[in-house]
Amino acid sequence: MTVKITIDGQEVNARAGDNIVDVAAQNGVYIPTLCYTRGKPCLGTCRTCSVKVNGSVMAACTIPVREGMEIDVNGDEITDMRKALVELLFAEGNHNCPSCEKSGRCELQATGYEVKMMVSRFPYRFTPHPVDHASRSIWLERDRCIFCQRCVDFVRDKETNQKIFSINGRGTYARIEIDVELANKMPADQVREAAELCPVGCIIDKTQGYDVPIGKRKFEVKSIRERALGGGHR
Amino acid sequence: MNEEIQTLLEQYEFDKTRLMDILWDVQNQHDYISEEAVVAIATGLDMSGDDVRETLSFYHFFKDRPFGKHKIYLCNTVIAKMKGYYEVRAALEQETNTSFGHVDDTGTFGLGDANCIGLSDQEPAMMVDHVVFTNLTPEKVSTIIGQLKQGKSAQEIVNPGGADSKDIAYVNAIVDENIRTESKVMFKANRDYKAILLSCLDKLPEQIITTITDANLRGRGGAGFPTGLKWRLGREAEGAEKYVICNADEGEPGTFKDRVLLSHSPKDVLLGMIMAAHAIGSRNGIIYLRAEYWYLKDYLQQQIQEFRDDGLLGKQILGTNFEFDIRIQMGAGAYVCGDETALIESCEGKRGTPRVKPPYPIQQGYLGMPTSVNNVETLAIASRIIEEGSAWFTAMGTNESTGTRLLSVSGDCDKPGIYEIEWGTTLNEVLSMIGAENAKYVQISGPAGDSLSVAKDGDREFCYSDLSCNGSLMVFDHTRDILNVVRDYAEFFVEESCGICVPCRAGGVDLLDKMERVIGGRACQQDLDEVTSWSKLLKGTSRCGLGTAAPNSILATLDKFPEIYKAKLVEPHGPLLPSFDEEEVISEYELAYKHLVKEDV
Amino acid sequence: MSQETVTEIFSHELPATQWDPKKKAIEEAKIQVAMIGFCGCWGCHLSFLDMDENILGLLEKVTITRSSFTDLKRIPHHCTIGFIEGGIANDENIEVLEHYRENCDILISVGACAVWGGTPAMRNVVPLEECLREAYVDSVTAVSGAKKTIPYHEDIPKITNKVLPCHEVVKMDYFIPGCPPDGQAIYKVLDDLVNGREVDLPTEMNRYD
Repeated sequence: MTVKITIDGQEVNARAGDNIVDVAAQNGVYIPTLCYTRGKPCLGTCRTCSVKVNGSVMAACTIPVREGMEIDVNGDEITDMRKALVELLFAEGNHNCPSCEKSGRCELQATGYEVKMMVSRFPYRFTPHPVDHASRSIWLERDRCIFCQRCVDFVRDKETNQKIFSINGRGTYARIEIDVELANKMPADQVREAAELCPVGCIIDKTQGYDVPIGKRKFEVKSIRERALGGGHR
Repeated sequence: MNEEIQTLLEQYEFDKTRLMDILWDVQNQHDYISEEAVVAIATGLDMSGDDVRETLSFYHFFKDRPFGKHKIYLCNTVIAKMKGYYEVRAALEQETNTSFGHVDDTGTFGLGDANCIGLSDQEPAMMVDHVVFTNLTPEKVSTIIGQLKQGKSAQEIVNPGGADSKDIAYVNAIVDENIRTESKVMFKANRDYKAILLSCLDKLPEQIITTITDANLRGRGGAGFPTGLKWRLGREAEGAEKYVICNADEGEPGTFKDRVLLSHSPKDVLLGMIMAAHAIGSRNGIIYLRAEYWYLKDYLQQQIQEFRDDGLLGKQILGTNFEFDIRIQMGAGAYVCGDETALIESCEGKRGTPRVKPPYPIQQGYLGMPTSVNNVETLAIASRIIEEGSAWFTAMGTNESTGTRLLSVSGDCDKPGIYEIEWGTTLNEVLSMIGAENAKYVQISGPAGDSLSVAKDGDREFCYSDLSCNGSLMVFDHTRDILNVVRDYAEFFVEESCGICVPCRAGGVDLLDKMERVIGGRACQQDLDEVTSWSKLLKGTSRCGLGTAAPNSILATLDKFPEIYKAKLVEPHGPLLPSFDEEEVISEYELAYKHLVKEDV
Repeated sequence: MSQETVTEIFSHELPATQWDPKKKAIEEAKIQVAMIGFCGCWGCHLSFLDMDENILGLLEKVTITRSSFTDLKRIPHHCTIGFIEGGIANDENIEVLEHYRENCDILISVGACAVWGGTPAMRNVVPLEECLREAYVDSVTAVSGAKKTIPYHEDIPKITNKVLPCHEVVKMDYFIPGCPPDGQAIYKVLDDLVNGREVDLPTEMNRYD
């Protein structure tokens, strides 16, 4: 069923039930996401896709479009809220881009550029987060975890379907954990997939380092915005 | 250990959705949940060990290392702090010979903090091994710890008469009821539950729903969702099974009305659940009881059993084909589980993380099935409406807010306790009822609610369109430091954030920092502007009600008592920011020199 | 640092060559820029030089007063722009940054270290005492048998507990992230400022590494 909605005043047709992020992308409007990835169930953790729906702030990835919805993506206030959420993440973790293997391929970094972050308005916290290197093939760099839950929900042991990654503790004391035994059973391609799935440099494939020169890295070749809009632009 | 866990898991038919109960059983048996136990549970349930730890580590009262034979949790709310918390805390540390967050050398006592344990009318209060001690003084603490040292159990100490834990006498031995008003809707004595249910079952589910709708009953948990509509949606929702869940995770600081309802009218609540089940077509119900109310568990279980024995629960209820039964699910210390979707996750043995909505529980809730989650008070009222009719109910209260509601009153007043008021009652009327002549500031609906200035808001009415209170009412007189209260609330939200979403997890900490900056006299106007702006961010973008409500008390007190904030502000002197403290930022250097060089000589 | 007891002469007090008055008048009519590097690697200064031929046009409009290029040790008079590299890692940094704030209309945090602490801030997750112990007391290069010590003297600045972003000490007006920022990014911001445009660093020029 097709419904009519407006995005930033522009009337567009959409398939009922599709979420706002996808519908906007199909119509050339970029909404940043850090936990949501197309084709996978929505996680609703990062809130970076916040937009106004009929005046109320909602996470676009969690909301299926309905007839008559008026969606404000690029208004000043909501644009600043998305920027603030990205800034919160930079202040909460220890995101030292110059020393990070994921730099240039990092979705948080690329999103920082898109929301025009120059500095975080929130105090940088510098909380220590111990690195977990016990697994044979994965470094777990907790400094960089943004708790998107992608790995927790989407990476499972092939044989038992058990969780390989999980969250321990709660709130500001939460930390990501890796089940070393299960991780050691991960085939190389699954390790690579997990590292790729991680939007930041928290899950690092030990066999992969800084192997692409600056200027040729993923989001330098094609920005995260272009990738999000890729193909669907009418 | 392995064999024992195996037997335990068999009891739960290796059902991983019962993980909460499994963890409780292990902890109750062994004082804590050891690594060995975690591995055995994980293996038995075909989960990874970390997956078990995900749940275990989420809840305040689950312990993965020894926390003493006697686990003592002292309630640390602002109300407790007004009533002698600090003296009691010091006495506890002295008597047990350990400090908070630790276990004493003999492994006998573990001391911990707890957020509101539902006893604000009898603070200071503490939990000890599933019972509570109220109205504490240092002397009382000394006696209790002394008796524990002599080998008495906490149950024996609190219940010297030896009343059966299934009996109300046991509950009464532990806590005071403090019901201060005559019954209007709630606490009606001598109800003929069988006759009421019979007449209910005579009616079609649609008729029951219509009666509740006509009565304009709205959820008493706080959100105020129309109960009739919820039940109608539940009736219409498709599902192989449907569930009724009674939300007895009364975690909002300052409320304790559900505790008193469950103690003194438990069958009103059970009857409400049965009626809800009849209305939506459910066969199974759950009471999600917070761990802080463990001392009500056996008693409630007995109430359920009596209903079963009388044919009000079970198969073929009162001779009809209607079938419904109730189990109790114990929580384990997580305020966020008051959110209905977090509560459902917890019932499924998982972390109490609020789900993404939609879908709403009434469409896809417990085990993915339509689930009606209702507050204790809502269910108790529903049972009375079905008994007396909607007209009887709407005659009370106002047109738009019908009937009555229970208030849990605490703080600076002569008569803290439970009050049943009709909607439409004003704040001033309530204050005179409870004997709070000197009140300056009233916090309603807990830290998540609204902050009222008696001078400005005295004539406002309790009703859904104005003061839509969830039952918590904390009174503060002119001697109290409002900023400290608000700081405490900000800290509460940091402690209780589940951490699933960014604004609440990270932003809550920043709001707390700002409050500390204000109180420390290091804030300027820009800090207050940022507080307002960051609060808006949390309110707008958080995933559940916890994050959206976290800034409420800051925003409301900024609005109602701007002068107390203004008085704390400083003007910048020179180029350095007022928030910058040079002495502090170089404080460790001298110490490092002292430790590394001087003392090494 | 107790000034009263110090008798030595500071470099900025030494006699300096007098400027040609005409040249001086031209330079003083330009927009005055002062530059400083705190706890960083001076890479942002090098990046500034890396704006290639743009620097020629820029120097038509601005003149650089205190900086490591000019070797002036003090801000000679009030400046319009202060170019700040590096994070704040000791009490001398604090004093100098304060001096910049007092003497510049606009302060720019240039580079990751000034913006949030950068690579030196990797020490922020370790207590200062442990850092000093590791670097000096238990250092593998410590002379065996020598008395263990850490840098500590009234003439040596006191090290801060953590490396601080400049904006936690004084108000900063603009931020150019990057480690270092691209020379063209620095140019873009300065060019916007000297031409009175609103500062706007385009997304494609922004980088954090």
